[in-house]
Amino acid sequence: MTTDDRSIRDLVLVGHGMVGQRFLEAWTEQPAARDWRVTVLAEEPRPAYDRVHLSALFSGSTAEDLTLCPSGFLAEHGIDLRLGDPATAIDRERRLVATRSGAEVRYDVLVLATGSVPFVPPVPGTDAPGCHVYRTIEDVDAIRAQAGTARTGVVVGGGLLGLEAAGALRAGGLDTHVVEFAPRLMAVQVDDGGGAALRRKIEELGVTVHTSAGASGVLTGPDGAVRGLALADGRELAADLVVFSAGVRARDQLARDCGLPVGPRGGVVVDAHCRTEDPAVLAVGECAQAVDGRVYGLVAPGYQMAETAARTLAELAGSGPTGAGFVGADTSTKLKLLGVDVASFGDPHGTADGALDVLYSDSRSGVYRKLVIGADGALLGGVLVGDTEGYGALRPLAVGGKPLTVAPEQLVLPAGFASAGPVALPDDAVLCSCHNVTQGAVRAAVREQGADSVAAVKKCTRAGTGCGSCLKQLGTVVTEELEAAGVSTAKGLCEHFGHTRAELYEIVRVTGLASFSELLARHGNGGEGCEICKPTVASVLASLGNGHILDGEQGALQDSNDHFLANLQRNGSYSVVPRVPGGEITPEGLITIGEIARDHGLYTKITGGQRIDMFGATVDQLPVIWRKLVDAGFESGHAYGKSLRTVKSCVGETWCRFGVQDSTALAIELELRYRGLRSPHKLKAAVSGCARECAEAQSKDFGIIATSAGWNLYVGGNGGMTPRHADLLAADLDRETLIRTIDRYLMFYIRTADRLERTSVWLERLEGGLDHLRAVVLDDSLGIAAELDELMDRHIGGYRDEWAETLADPDRMRRFASFVNAPGTPDPAVTFVPERGQIRPARPGEAGHTLDSPVLVAGARLEVLTP
Amino acid sequence: MTVQIHDGTSWRTVCALTDLEPGRGVAVLLPDSEQVALFRDRAGELYAVDNLDPFSRAPVLSRGLLGNRGDRPTLISPMYKQVYDLTDGRCLDEDTAPDGAPAVLRRWPVRVHTEERAA
Ligand code: SRM
Ligand SMILES: Cc1cc2nc3c(=O)[nH]c(=O)nc-3n(C[C@H](O)[C@H](O)[C@H](O)COP(=O)(O)OP(=O)(O)OC[C@H]3O[C@@H](n4cnc5c(N)ncnc54)[C@H](O)[C@@H]3O)c2cc1C
Ligand code: SF4
Ligand code: FES
Repeated sequence: MTTDDRSIRDLVLVGHGMVGQRFLEAWTEQPAARDWRVTVLAEEPRPAYDRVHLSALFSGSTAEDLTLCPSGFLAEHGIDLRLGDPATAIDRERRLVATRSGAEVRYDVLVLATGSVPFVPPVPGTDAPGCHVYRTIEDVDAIRAQAGTARTGVVVGGGLLGLEAAGALRAGGLDTHVVEFAPRLMAVQVDDGGGAALRRKIEELGVTVHTSAGASGVLTGPDGAVRGLALADGRELAADLVVFSAGVRARDQLARDCGLPVGPRGGVVVDAHCRTEDPAVLAVGECAQAVDGRVYGLVAPGYQMAETAARTLAELAGSGPTGAGFVGADTSTKLKLLGVDVASFGDPHGTADGALDVLYSDSRSGVYRKLVIGADGALLGGVLVGDTEGYGALRPLAVGGKPLTVAPEQLVLPAGFASAGPVALPDDAVLCSCHNVTQGAVRAAVREQGADSVAAVKKCTRAGTGCGSCLKQLGTVVTEELEAAGVSTAKGLCEHFGHTRAELYEIVRVTGLASFSELLARHGNGGEGCEICKPTVASVLASLGNGHILDGEQGALQDSNDHFLANLQRNGSYSVVPRVPGGEITPEGLITIGEIARDHGLYTKITGGQRIDMFGATVDQLPVIWRKLVDAGFESGHAYGKSLRTVKSCVGETWCRFGVQDSTALAIELELRYRGLRSPHKLKAAVSGCARECAEAQSKDFGIIATSAGWNLYVGGNGGMTPRHADLLAADLDRETLIRTIDRYLMFYIRTADRLERTSVWLERLEGGLDHLRAVVLDDSLGIAAELDELMDRHIGGYRDEWAETLADPDRMRRFASFVNAPGTPDPAVTFVPERGQIRPARPGEAGHTLDSPVLVAGARLEVLTP
Repeated sequence: MTVQIHDGTSWRTVCALTDLEPGRGVAVLLPDSEQVALFRDRAGELYAVDNLDPFSRAPVLSRGLLGNRGDRPTLISPMYKQVYDLTDGRCLDEDTAPDGAPAVLRRWPVRVHTEERAA
């Protein structure tokens, strides 16, 4: 530490990766940080991002989604981040770091956080175009750019990173091979049995696995680009693209060049306080060899080193570092690789003396579960493949060497975990290893700091904000703690019903009860009801086909939009959206809509759903407008309902040069099939005529993309607040199978989803995920397919246009009056002003005018006049 | 049977009791353009409050749903779903409207009037 009397000291960080950023966060929390100026030299062109979730870029996330550096963080702490200007040399004598751009930066303390580089085996051809590594966002961009035209990809490396890369290639639609040197996949984390189960699962997904196989060279074609991979046993695998993902090497060159000691297998040697031999230089993360002689390739140990280094630095000023520092870490992991759950914790290989295995393996379902039990009965570790239930509770026990409170045999059976009852965790067990948060700290957050949800606990303890693998356990502990404090965490709908929406649906389906009063009296808690249960029951009744939604008691339950079959706007006026199936509309249709809008002075706009919205109608004008629309052949577009909205189309084979099927015709057919179908939340769909995907089908609740052999069906997509790329449910379906599959998917969703839960969230939550869904709708694994088909047939057979039926019934029409005591008077408070040749709602304080147009509805006992 | 609202000076007949759908409301226009939201809950109780929604400043409260929270009868605004206690007009979710005024709805006396004889 320097002893000169400058009041501001210089801290230089080399590398702005995951651990570097974490170090900055930990450092800026130290009071001592105020006296330091921080400069960060970064090689990459962007601030730190979440490398762990790199593969999310293949499923719709953007680089921004992965960012780890909160906006304003750097400015707030006066940190000088120099992107794209890596350090090239360290002069320890003069305490200067040289950078690529030629700058020299002075330091009092230097922290190295340079991470690692992917290991590329030293075989010929690895620099040919078509060879990739997988570590940065730029690597992903390069793979993606090539994946569009490539057909076959080979990943060299069958470990954690290799399988991540294989998943990415698979998602890109490539025929994928994995080449692994060891006799099994994920050799470090799992044992032979687990490796075999994992392999079976992955091969089921169409990935070809070659174990005990070494790459001996990259084969190139006449153009110099990759055409395949040669294996040591003489075989050749044809490939357009090769990704090397066979482990990493610590980036310790800067340290080597300035004479700092590095470990035998690389990694800057540091002590328990993350100090190198030179007290002015620290190293953290994957570039460092920890005091236990290991170089950790996981982020959680890196984060612990970052915290340690920040403390070391803060304490250096005083009497020197205190506490144990970083002496080693748990390397437990829980992952989803190509959709397969894999977890490994504690000592998965049972290396301790007298350790015994308790094992369950079912090749049919692909589940493998092994627990390693010590001679004294304590849990030492385990491997879980295909079903990682219980990981959250078992890992802390194994890491803490704690004895089990239940028989281990019970815990390996897949269903057994739930029935074996809770596994008691001691409070000092680390629940979140990424942030080193104990169960006790989580309980205290709930009990003492008033955190009353998982979100609140995340905020105050950071638990669950790293890899996310502890979230389930976190949820359990938070719920337990809230329940212990008497806070109700009931999963029921509201104070009126202890049931979930799915349970209410079953009650209505099975009992045939069709009245809210009766449901509330027999299955609820009485009272008036509320804004949650009333619309939910209304939606369930409508899903199961109980006549017009405005009839009898049902009318009083509808949410404000459904109640007027229109969308309420900010000034109390309504919008009108006629259905335009598939977005196809005749010139006549356009003219009719144009005329109606013009005659009533309505604002018109093309919606994001390929149809036309007319705004500004008061309730008493709605029937007049709709009378004209219905007479011209239009029908309700259900823009107001939690029901099918639109099936977007692209123009498809009929016109487009690239189309391979008639996507417009299919979109129209589907929109007409599912129109009026009430569901837990709105439903959107799209059909694209080829893989260019102009209809954006992969962002829809169900999306269809034409192939030359049929139709690919995607499900669970979402735009909106939390976008989600849809998952491929089935490929190359013929028209009949496609439609039956969508029928069942929709009815299964309607039957089991929560209130206001889009298919995306439902699918994420669905136990067994996509595989389960596939089994239900394609293989009828639950034996309910006939029932689902019957429900859909009933819906289709019973469909009537809501608006035409409303206009035909004076009772339903009664509600369309602005004032009960002054029928025919339009609301004087709903006013507009002109803007860009149309109207817009007048703002508070702005003098506007009402819309005058013929009002033909005559009050409480009314008749409808046709214009 | 008709429903009457006291407009400050006198009782005013505004509609027939059968015009009110249980659990739902209607809007009433008073002479000086004042608007009242009139409701009948599923138990038959009548309520009359301002039709103007303090949060959106739009005259829409008559289109909200009725509910209850514990033993309080409530009205839920159709616009941004704030919940009002119908016994005192107070908003249960927020104390003040965006313009700083207290989020309380004026309540109007309301009654069912049985005519002696059809007029
Ligand atoms: C009119 C329209 C905007 C436009 O001018 O283009 C629109 C308008 C509204 N959208 Fe939307 N959305 C419109 C297309 C979309 C799209 C694009 C699409 O459908 O391709 C999306 C993203 C796709 C998606 O849903 O996944 C979209 C995502 C949302 C969301 C977020 C949903 C989510 O899952 O996160 C909401 C909020 C909600 O539903 O809870 C929403 C809610 C609304 C509401 C209902 C807000 C409200 O409560 O008033 C608006 C109704 C206005 C009205 O009177 O019609 N709107 N909205 C579009 C009508 C399409 C149609 O023809 O029916
Ligand atoms: C695809 C993938 C999946 C992963 N999955 C998991 C997982 O599930 N769980 C888990 O725990 N870990 C996982 N990891 C590992 C995890 O990402 C790393 O442990 C973590 O990023 C290490 O952080 P770091 O800061 O040490 O290194 P990095 O994040 O690599 O950051 C180092 C930074 O330093 C920069 N740098 C290097 N040299 C210089 C220089 N001379 N000058 C300036 N800057 C320099 C680099 O460009 C880089 O930006 C995964 C990694 C990958 C690639
Ligand atoms: S994006 Fe927001 S403001 Fe725009 S239409 Fe959709 S909901 Fe309304
Ligand atoms: S263990 Fe990774 S977030 Fe908790």
